Amino acid sequence: MALSIALAALQVLLVLVGAPLVIGAMRQVRARLEGRRGGGVGQPWRDLRKLFRKQQITPEGTTVVFRAAPFVLLGSALLIAAIIPVVSLGSPLDSSGDFVAVVGLLFLGTVALALAALDTGTAFGGMGSSRQMTVVALVEPTILLVLFTLSLRVHSANLAEIAGGTLANPAQAFSLGRVLAFASLVIVIIAETGRLPVDNPATHLELTMIHEAMTLEYAGPRLGLVEWASGMRLTVLLVLLANLFFPWGVAPGGPGLVQVLIAVAAIVAKVAVLAMALSVGETFLAKLRLFRVPELLAGSFLLGILAVTASSFLPAAGR
Amino acid sequence: MKRDPVASGTAVRSGTGVASGAPAVSGGVTAALGALGVVVGLRAVFGAPLHASIGWLVPFAGLRIDLDPLGGAFMALTGAVAAAVGVYAIGYARREHWARFPLVMLPVFVLTLLVVPAAGSVTTFLFGWEAMALTSLALVLTEHHRDEVRSAGLFYAVLTQIGFVAILVALVSLSSASGSGDFAGIRAAAGDLGPALRNGVFLLTVVGFGSKAGLLPLHAWLPRAHPEAPSPVSALMSAAMVNLGIYGIVRIDVQALGGGPRWWGTTLMVVGAASAVFGVLQASVSADLKRLLAYSTTENMGLIAMAIGASMLLGASGLASVAAIALTAALLHLVAHAAFKALGFLAAGSVLAGTGLRDLDRLGGLARRMPYTTVLFGIAALGATGLPLGAGFVGEWLLLQSLIHTPQGDNTLLSLVIPLSIGALALTTGLGIVAMVKAFGIGFLARPRSEGAEKAREASPTMLVGMALAALGCVVVAVAPAALGPALTRVASTLPSVGGDQGPKLGAILRLPGAAGSVSPAILAAAFAVAISLVLLLARWGVGARPAAVVRPLWAGGGPALTPRMQYTATSFAEPLQRVFDDVLRPDTDVAVTHVAESRYLIEKITFRTAQADAVEEHLYWPVVRAVAAVARGVRKAHTGSIHLYLLFGTIGLLVVIVVGR
Repeated sequence: MALSIALAALQVLLVLVGAPLVIGAMRQVRARLEGRRGGGVGQPWRDLRKLFRKQQITPEGTTVVFRAAPFVLLGSALLIAAIIPVVSLGSPLDSSGDFVAVVGLLFLGTVALALAALDTGTAFGGMGSSRQMTVVALVEPTILLVLFTLSLRVHSANLAEIAGGTLANPAQAFSLGRVLAFASLVIVIIAETGRLPVDNPATHLELTMIHEAMTLEYAGPRLGLVEWASGMRLTVLLVLLANLFFPWGVAPGGPGLVQVLIAVAAIVAKVAVLAMALSVGETFLAKLRLFRVPELLAGSFLLGILAVTASSFLPAAGR
Repeated sequence: MKRDPVASGTAVRSGTGVASGAPAVSGGVTAALGALGVVVGLRAVFGAPLHASIGWLVPFAGLRIDLDPLGGAFMALTGAVAAAVGVYAIGYARREHWARFPLVMLPVFVLTLLVVPAAGSVTTFLFGWEAMALTSLALVLTEHHRDEVRSAGLFYAVLTQIGFVAILVALVSLSSASGSGDFAGIRAAAGDLGPALRNGVFLLTVVGFGSKAGLLPLHAWLPRAHPEAPSPVSALMSAAMVNLGIYGIVRIDVQALGGGPRWWGTTLMVVGAASAVFGVLQASVSADLKRLLAYSTTENMGLIAMAIGASMLLGASGLASVAAIALTAALLHLVAHAAFKALGFLAAGSVLAGTGLRDLDRLGGLARRMPYTTVLFGIAALGATGLPLGAGFVGEWLLLQSLIHTPQGDNTLLSLVIPLSIGALALTTGLGIVAMVKAFGIGFLARPRSEGAEKAREASPTMLVGMALAALGCVVVAVAPAALGPALTRVASTLPSVGGDQGPKLGAILRLPGAAGSVSPAILAAAFAVAISLVLLLARWGVGARPAAVVRPLWAGGGPALTPRMQYTATSFAEPLQRVFDDVLRPDTDVAVTHVAESRYLIEKITFRTAQADAVEEHLYWPVVRAVAAVARGVRKAHTGSIHLYLLFGTIGLLVVIVVGR
């Protein structure tokens, strides 16, 4: 028990420290591809330090919802990092929260931020909130379909079971259903974390903003928490993507020190590769018009349906 | 409420001659009846079944009460809702100056609600059912001076009577075929009934009980009547009365008939999924707070019907242990829905009483003026989203698990139905989040959008106590569903056809039998609290280097002073979704541009009007109504007023009778 709690703490720490670095690496790759020098991988960490030393400013007319939202957002991200198999399959919270709960916690953070944006009573806040919730409504069905595809073989939605099932039966990993599910989960992650082509993380243009519109009234330490949490949400989703589809390297339930070290190295490498790929992809994409986004998400939903169908009607392909 | 919202605080009591203590008596009696219902219901759940028979009370057959764990559970749930509503009604009736009639009818309505699940015979059941329909209709018509209320009452009366006819035919033919007037006798004889009769009864009960539960296609009364009824009545209808529609389906189709072929479950799942998706779509574009909650009732009843359908389908496919998970999901979600919907309607009633408004486009900023109501509505809204830490999570989780754990392989029907159900369930939860974020964020946060919202008054203490009772229910279901475990096990054991005797264990960690799946709301809540305190520590980083915290005006893009009119409204919030689901919702939008007289390049004003009609109502009901009206017009042509012609009609009619009867 003590060991598994220590491992959960390690996972949380890893995600906390690593998330700004993931964001930094993605920005750096993009800058280099665009022929700029970039601020360096550590720049998000320097930004956070700067933000946390700034004055705390509360906008007039906001309620406790505005003040609490960054805490709920970051808290939910921390909890997810403790539940999912980042380093080891033996999280003490694995039996308390499965894939459904993790997705729910993720949306709990989204809802908190959307309510905070509405709480400011500005046009930008309402706009960002409305758009974000539209995306959520279309993203949730796809996530659950992906979950269904993944849990079909192991008959469990608990993440350690899904990852462990793939480890035990590696041939499954590349079945048609899982490939389709992988593709639709990638689109979902892009939409949920506000990356191109759904949302542009670098924009401040009102026509295109989603996430930025919601955080406009935040400043100083609270903005720091929101930015940190956003990075963590992207990171935990990339970890999920990596360890559900390619779980090799993850330490088993009660691991030794060497296994843990290998697992840490493996997850760092996997997330780095995925982040690079995402960043390279983004460089070649332009932002979609807002009302084209539902078409993209409907496409990912369709992929999810195909994934489920392939898994249930082509049982031989996976075995 | 057509009264001036500002004047409501000082409104003179209308001359109805109601004593000042009358609301306390009415609410008190209602709450006491509710508490009694809880006690008797729980005794029936855990103790021996209760039997009673009063020969003289109902004509011909007498009143017959048979309370088994199934009926007892519904009685206890109804009673719990009634207890919270009764306490709330004391303050609400006083503030809204209820006349004598609704004060008397409220406890009577609760009494009929308690009789229905206790009924042991077909006659008692039908008697209680119709009494429930009539008293609730009378209560819906409390504010009958308004046009919308009368129209809602008409819709309710017509649809509920159509449903009643279906139930009447089903139960009477069932009881005559089985030769027994009580449910136990029907159950004993159910095995010998012909398949045609069984199928007919099933379809009629789905229509009849479905109309009471607000399922498609006979749902249209619900989003009209629930919003127009006074809020305590809305809460009773949406959190207790609709449950009895589900009760009827479970009692007759699952228990008495003992399930049926696989298409029964499939039919119920399709009806449920359609209701859930349609209800939540309408809720997410609705700008009326109570209408939104009413459509959310259709959504949740749809989910429950889907779960019961799944358990019937799985039970008929020989997968008893998975069927039991779906059954538990239905029962647990029923309790959760009763808790969060009662709270939601009671809080909406507080908003209505405090501001005179239920139009979200004109509300806002209530968090400052009505902090307790805001928190309580927040608990209800969180429950309705189905997110973790909310009341609706566990039920939806169990339903999803039952679908995931269904082994499919060689079973084509299951391979088709299950993934599609997951898609419907997923779409429902996604849209449900939007609807509730809209209700809470637009209605309670930001700044007031009208004078009524600006001058909101907090609910009175008894109203707050009533809401707190319902909130307590929400918290228990959300964090400690294990508390309901023993009762649910007892109820499920009366339903062997859907594997009720091997249900999941609702311990501190919810474990599923024979499947590797578990979740623990309590541990999740505790871990979330730890995570939040960790974030509080993280937020202290750099606190030494920070200047003192200040409060400053909003930045808001650096523009000039912000007015409340610049905010998003409920309509604009839902606009992107309305656009995405344009084909299903078919909003009626109208833009009229008025040009300046001198030049058509200059615009004087633009009028924008949008209305959200119910597509099912438009394409299913009105054609029928129009056809009936057309036939009636045709018949009217024969009515010329000439007595000779009428005598001729009479002669022809007589001749026909003689010829046919010969």
